[in-house]
Amino acid sequence: MATAVASTEEHPNYLTHETGWKSWAFTLDHKRIGLMYLAAILLAFLAGGIFALLVRTELAFRGETIMGPTWYNKSFTLHGAIMVFLFIIPSIPGALGNFFLPIMLGAKDVAFPRLNLASFYIYLLGAGFLLYSILTNAVDTGWTFYTPYSANSSTSVMSTTLGVFILGFSSILTGVNFVTTIHTMRAPGLHWRRLPLFVWGQYATSVIQVLATPVLAVTVLLLTIEHGFHLGIFDPKLGGDPVLFQHFFWFYSHPAVYIMILPGMAVVNELIATFTRRAIFGYMFVAMSSVSLALLGFLVWGHHMFVAGMSEYSTMVFSALTFLVAIPSGVKVFNWTATLYKGSISFASPMLWALSFLFLFTIGGLTGLFLGTLSVDVHLHDTYFVVAHFHYVMVGGTVMGFVGGLHYWWPKMTGKMYNETLARIAWFLVFIGFNITFMSQFVMGSQGMPRRYWDYLERFRMMHGFSSIGALILGVGFTIMLIMFIMSLKSGKKAPRNPWGSAGFEWNTTTPPHPHNFEATPVIRRGPYDYHLATEEELAST
Amino acid sequence: MKEATVQLPRQMSTLAADIDNMYYFIFWVSVVFFVAIMGAAIWFLIKYRRDKNPQSTPPGHHDVLELFWTFAPLLLLIPMFHFGFRGYVQAMVAPDKALEIRVRGKQWVWDFYYPGDTEATPGELVVPMGKPVKMQMSSLDVLHSFYVPEFRVKRDVVPGMYSSVWFQATAITSKYNKQENKVEGEPLDLFCTEYCGTSHSQMLAKVHVVSPEDYAAFIAGKDVPPEGKPLAEVGAELYKKNACNTCHTVDGSKLVGPSFKGLFGRNESFEDGSTQVVDENYIRQSILQPQAKITKGFGGATMPVFVMKDWKIDALIEYIKSLK
Repeated sequence: MATAVASTEEHPNYLTHETGWKSWAFTLDHKRIGLMYLAAILLAFLAGGIFALLVRTELAFRGETIMGPTWYNKSFTLHGAIMVFLFIIPSIPGALGNFFLPIMLGAKDVAFPRLNLASFYIYLLGAGFLLYSILTNAVDTGWTFYTPYSANSSTSVMSTTLGVFILGFSSILTGVNFVTTIHTMRAPGLHWRRLPLFVWGQYATSVIQVLATPVLAVTVLLLTIEHGFHLGIFDPKLGGDPVLFQHFFWFYSHPAVYIMILPGMAVVNELIATFTRRAIFGYMFVAMSSVSLALLGFLVWGHHMFVAGMSEYSTMVFSALTFLVAIPSGVKVFNWTATLYKGSISFASPMLWALSFLFLFTIGGLTGLFLGTLSVDVHLHDTYFVVAHFHYVMVGGTVMGFVGGLHYWWPKMTGKMYNETLARIAWFLVFIGFNITFMSQFVMGSQGMPRRYWDYLERFRMMHGFSSIGALILGVGFTIMLIMFIMSLKSGKKAPRNPWGSAGFEWNTTTPPHPHNFEATPVIRRGPYDYHLATEEELAST
Repeated sequence: MKEATVQLPRQMSTLAADIDNMYYFIFWVSVVFFVAIMGAAIWFLIKYRRDKNPQSTPPGHHDVLELFWTFAPLLLLIPMFHFGFRGYVQAMVAPDKALEIRVRGKQWVWDFYYPGDTEATPGELVVPMGKPVKMQMSSLDVLHSFYVPEFRVKRDVVPGMYSSVWFQATAITSKYNKQENKVEGEPLDLFCTEYCGTSHSQMLAKVHVVSPEDYAAFIAGKDVPPEGKPLAEVGAELYKKNACNTCHTVDGSKLVGPSFKGLFGRNESFEDGSTQVVDENYIRQSILQPQAKITKGFGGATMPVFVMKDWKIDALIEYIKSLK
């Protein structure tokens, strides 16, 4: 990896080597596509966040606070649908994966650059359908679209499910592209045991995207057919079976949980390695735990339906398989903790996010044990305990990983540094706000507060109050972060080649990267975390 | 009966103790793991921070350690699975001699049918203490879910199929008042926990646990019209019991259905373009055949059918008349 270590000024970079809107709209450069994805998903995150704040504001007090039940139901549905389909699923693969996966492989681009651009436009089209449905009558079915309610709802169910159908194709195409790229485009010397764990995570994710997403497509298509043409598939009035829909839906949506969390774990590997200057402990076990999570993810969908009317024997099998998920998740947490041992640990802002991931994801994982245990799940199912559990995994896990990765790679992507003090303040507020919001939801959930309630009984008042205060702090934290990144773009200091002194392959290219990533194809002679083998020149910041 | 804790509500059924023991077992396992992992992490973070330890030690791996923490957790996971399944089967399979009460979920009311009933008792469930009770459940429209936190039971109510839960209550919450022909006390809350549309959060019911003697008295007096009470007042009670209030207000504000305030005697326009003055017959028809005439502007919601005895309809009409 001795190539391309030189001062950045003389090098062309992907941001400035071509100009004009056409050079962006028709670009085949994975870095530009990644950046456009980033802009789009951050907008989606903002929209989903606004709906989250609307929900928490309504629930701050008993009775009607700012809206009636109709708009409340639409708000929580839109919060969920936007966050899942437009933000979390495409976030890390679409933005960070697109940008860094080829660079980490020492490749010029992904295997199918045109398909890559197509997947971005398909994403925009799907997002357009969702936006259309919001502007017409919105949708009030919950992001799960359970039948028969969704089959008879007078809201814009059709355009929403069509949007989700279209978004699925974007996800499939990204998955196909990444799998092919990882198999065929690794630089000389980059064998599978040297693959950055970020790439391993993306690989496992892509496999799920390719295999599971078509089932979602089939499901929403059937739903659309039922809704549009009144053909009985899921609606018992027409001769259908509502529980069948739940099987279909979770057959995709449970693997989708791993589409969401595996990339977050993938990012955290890179952060922990860089900021401890140490290889991830048990590299192969961590890599294989991602693959086994991807496989197990296909076998546990029934644990969303323990009280839905399955036979006792089906629930038994699903519960047993669900407990197996704890093993690869535990392997990851144990290995990350062991990596800290004898490291040289820096607390730069990306590492703060990685450590919050470790803290919050562990809570998210452990609370999963309650829900996998059949008898306890009967009490906790569809209460706020479940809401808190999956927010600890999805936000405490994936969003922490995504935001950490964004801080970590921001200098490489934009060529600009950001204000570290503001970054730390934002981190602190998000971390505190998140825990206040969702820890109180664990408590009210185990006390019996049901999900998706516009109003609640007096005995849940205090916990709802805490939760809303936490959400406010969370919102302030993310707003400060947004301001910090905008300030960085406007007036950030110029970023050096390798600001964190990382041994990761992606830091070897210039900042911002060369249009073709490297001037010449690099030859890989060590692993991405071999600090003892990396030259001083490689680890130097410039 | 065990009192409520910070985490869990009161234990009010024979199933609750087992479930709670599992809950606390998992809770303490989680606490121990969390404290151990975070303790180790924080210790490493302090000890190996960069200003103290500028040079990291090259990587290690330790296959025995890896295999240990891959397989050792099974020792805890297997008992969780086993006892969880055992508790689940207990909660799912009702004893043979259980008292059967039929439950019908509809947007957004819980209807209860006691043995032999053809007419529903909405919004209020009365069960005898110390006897196994099985709820035989079905839905008229969309998915609902039957949940009483204190009993630790929950089951989805699915249109097109029957589902059931059972429980045996362990303490009395209420007493039967013979003079008023009413069950009074501090009932438990029954929640709908499967999202069912606009008024999902209002789809609540009360669960009274009474002594077996009081239960028998309640069943005997259930459908006797109250004496010595103004009819409109009886109607006001029925208005709440039948959960009319989830869709129809009495103060003129608009919910899913039209408000009852000033309704009687008004000339109402309907979705099909016809008009009619609201009289006794119109109200009677609207209760028994709600789809016959839909008020203009309220076509989006579907009111379920309410089957009830004439004296109840009389009382409701009298109540609506009184809302000027």
